[in-house]
Amino acid sequence: MTDATQNTGPMLAADGTPLKQSLARSLRRQKLRALMLIAPLLLFVLLSFIIPIASMLFRSVENNIVGDTLPLTVEALQNWDETTGELPDEAVYDAFVRDMVVAVDNKTHTRLGSRLNYEETGMSSMFRRSGRKLGKLDPETDGPFKEQLIEIHDGWGEPQTWAVIKTHSPAITNGYFLNAVDMRRTPEGAQAQPEDKQILIKLFGRTLFMSLVITASCILLAYPVSYLLATLPMRVSNLLMILVLLPFWTSLLVRTSAWKVMLQQQGVINETLVWLGLVADDARLVIINNQIGTIIAMTHILLPFMILPMYSVMQTIPVSYTRAAKSMGATNWTTFWRIYFPQSIPGIGAGSILVFILAIGYYITPEIVGGTKGVFISNRIAYHISSSLNWGLAAALGTILLGVVLLLYWVYDKIVGIDNVKLG
Amino acid sequence: MKPTKTLLTAAALATAAGGVSAEEMTIVSWGGAYSKSQLKAYHEPYSEKTGITILNDDSSNEAVAKLRAMNEAGNITWDVVDVVAADAIRLCDEGLAMEIDFDTQLAAAPDGTSASEDFGDLLVSDCFIPQIVYSTTFGYRTDLVGDTPPTDVCAVFDLEAYPGKRSLEKRPINNMEWALICDGVPKDDVYDVLATAEGQDQALAKLDTIKDSVVWWSAGADTPQLLADGEVIMGSTYNGRLFSVIEEQNQPVAMLWDAQVFDLDGWIIPTGLSEERQQRALDYIMFATDTQRLADQAKYISYGPARASSAPLVGQHADLGIDMAPHMPTDPENAKNTFLYNYEFWADYRDDIDAKFQAWLAQ
Repeated sequence: MTDATQNTGPMLAADGTPLKQSLARSLRRQKLRALMLIAPLLLFVLLSFIIPIASMLFRSVENNIVGDTLPLTVEALQNWDETTGELPDEAVYDAFVRDMVVAVDNKTHTRLGSRLNYEETGMSSMFRRSGRKLGKLDPETDGPFKEQLIEIHDGWGEPQTWAVIKTHSPAITNGYFLNAVDMRRTPEGAQAQPEDKQILIKLFGRTLFMSLVITASCILLAYPVSYLLATLPMRVSNLLMILVLLPFWTSLLVRTSAWKVMLQQQGVINETLVWLGLVADDARLVIINNQIGTIIAMTHILLPFMILPMYSVMQTIPVSYTRAAKSMGATNWTTFWRIYFPQSIPGIGAGSILVFILAIGYYITPEIVGGTKGVFISNRIAYHISSSLNWGLAAALGTILLGVVLLLYWVYDKIVGIDNVKLG
Repeated sequence: MKPTKTLLTAAALATAAGGVSAEEMTIVSWGGAYSKSQLKAYHEPYSEKTGITILNDDSSNEAVAKLRAMNEAGNITWDVVDVVAADAIRLCDEGLAMEIDFDTQLAAAPDGTSASEDFGDLLVSDCFIPQIVYSTTFGYRTDLVGDTPPTDVCAVFDLEAYPGKRSLEKRPINNMEWALICDGVPKDDVYDVLATAEGQDQALAKLDTIKDSVVWWSAGADTPQLLADGEVIMGSTYNGRLFSVIEEQNQPVAMLWDAQVFDLDGWIIPTGLSEERQQRALDYIMFATDTQRLADQAKYISYGPARASSAPLVGQHADLGIDMAPHMPTDPENAKNTFLYNYEFWADYRDDIDAKFQAWLAQ
């Protein structure tokens, strides 16, 4: 009995501490050292990647500006029923003047105007024009304000104006996400945008469809090239490799512009075809400023991302397998289809993910060669970031795009299996 | 915690101060021939006079978004920024551009006329100091339009008389106005009509008649290139770009000044600069927007000076030696039929009409 108890007691290390403890300590030290080694990278990724992305995503729901600029008005509007179609009472106008006097002083009223103008056209000039006169009012002595305000700008006499302010007053809003899927936030709940303003869903669909087509054409073109690269003698394949990599070292803008010179109606391809007599002079091919142009240019630009993973996977496929298959009487096709191809699938998978994810966020190439029917959702995001300054909508579009990519990645994992992806 | 914070702030201040030394300022503009004209007319004489080194940043294209990002980060690295008037109004609304007192902070004309009177109607925003008047107008290939060259902007919509492709900017501004004018709407009513949904539909319906023959551009250099390549027979772009195609590159292209749309380009000073930097920026602006300097710029590029007092001083092109006055959009011969970009209208309607325009394009 006593013997057994002694045996189950803790095993001791040379210095007398329990072995388990001393092992854990040294492991911990090792882990800490490893962590310190990667700490600069971790910190870099956190600061330059994760935090900016998180803050950008947060913008898609953030809507503090209305409540911050017009705190009293927002509170007073709670007691107003916008569905009656009547104007709010004097209390709201009074609160509004108090808010605006502060806002004009801080010069934040025009900002709010631009924010609300995304929802209701005309708000921007209403706030800008009213600002100067409103700022001069004294909330204590100049009331009542209802008539005065309507005098300053008749927009303040529209129930719609106040309904818009009330609808968009919450600090967290789903408005941007609704806009991103061609809907809008109204007092009666979420509603579809008017038909002649619906474009974003269409662009999402187009972006996905064209990215798929580009990925597929990359697979078709890259497979034979990678096969050659992997099977030719080293000297020849190195030369070929340089040809594959060469476009990588050229600026993206230059490559895209070069396609313009090639594809336009007075361009190299059309001129050659006309000269050869294959195409009539007045029926030149339209292969730029449309979807075809985008697909051609982007396939070319993304091709190396497909070739490289395919090549590195194909290199590892032993020649002896195909030889063995042939020696047992398989035809060339059977050998390829049953032996070689299945082994090359991980390369196709890795290349497809790379190309597809790059394609879905592409911006500059569709902008230059896409015309009207070949532009992507990212071109719209760029518009809202740099021209309309509607960063909330841009963030919502970006978040949706990110979600779609993650979803597709998950589907891909379910169908193909992410373990089945190799970069070499 | 507190000492650390102080230390950090001190460090931040030190870097901020070190980043912009006393003898340097960053001026943002559009790049290309335009920046070159500013370099010759403003930067070089100013550096000579004060010894301040001027750094150029060609970011005007995305100035609004970048200024907003800088403002949020609390680190403004630009001192003076060149933007178009519509962007200036946006920046002013967002509180990103400083308000200017035109009469005290800008130089008066040589004859003593105050700056606000000298610029006149062109002061479209409290934050914006106009520099040039440019116009968006059409150019056409003289060898591709047959025996009767177009004299009227509606030639753009006339596929029968002028078959072939034409290039238009990929945004509603200007295109909607031209479409309405050519659909019979009187010039003075254009914006009233465009403010209604029916008017917008009318403009899009008119554009629809030529949609299949349009190449849409997004960069100012596109139309000159398309014209030079013979890809389009006519196209809209900025008048200075057409000047360089016609006079500097000698291409068979001519100007169609009819219904040109005047627009303004000028300076803003970002808010949130340190006192010292703000003073320097104001000093530069005072120098660069005086009567002589504005007239000097016209030696290098065919845009009209924004001051009335500069017009008589416009001379000859610095390299070509031709008279510049007849190439100015404001020249009476060119300005028989014009209209001015309606800033307030587009500030309100831009997002709404742009969504419709893009939806129409994608159809």
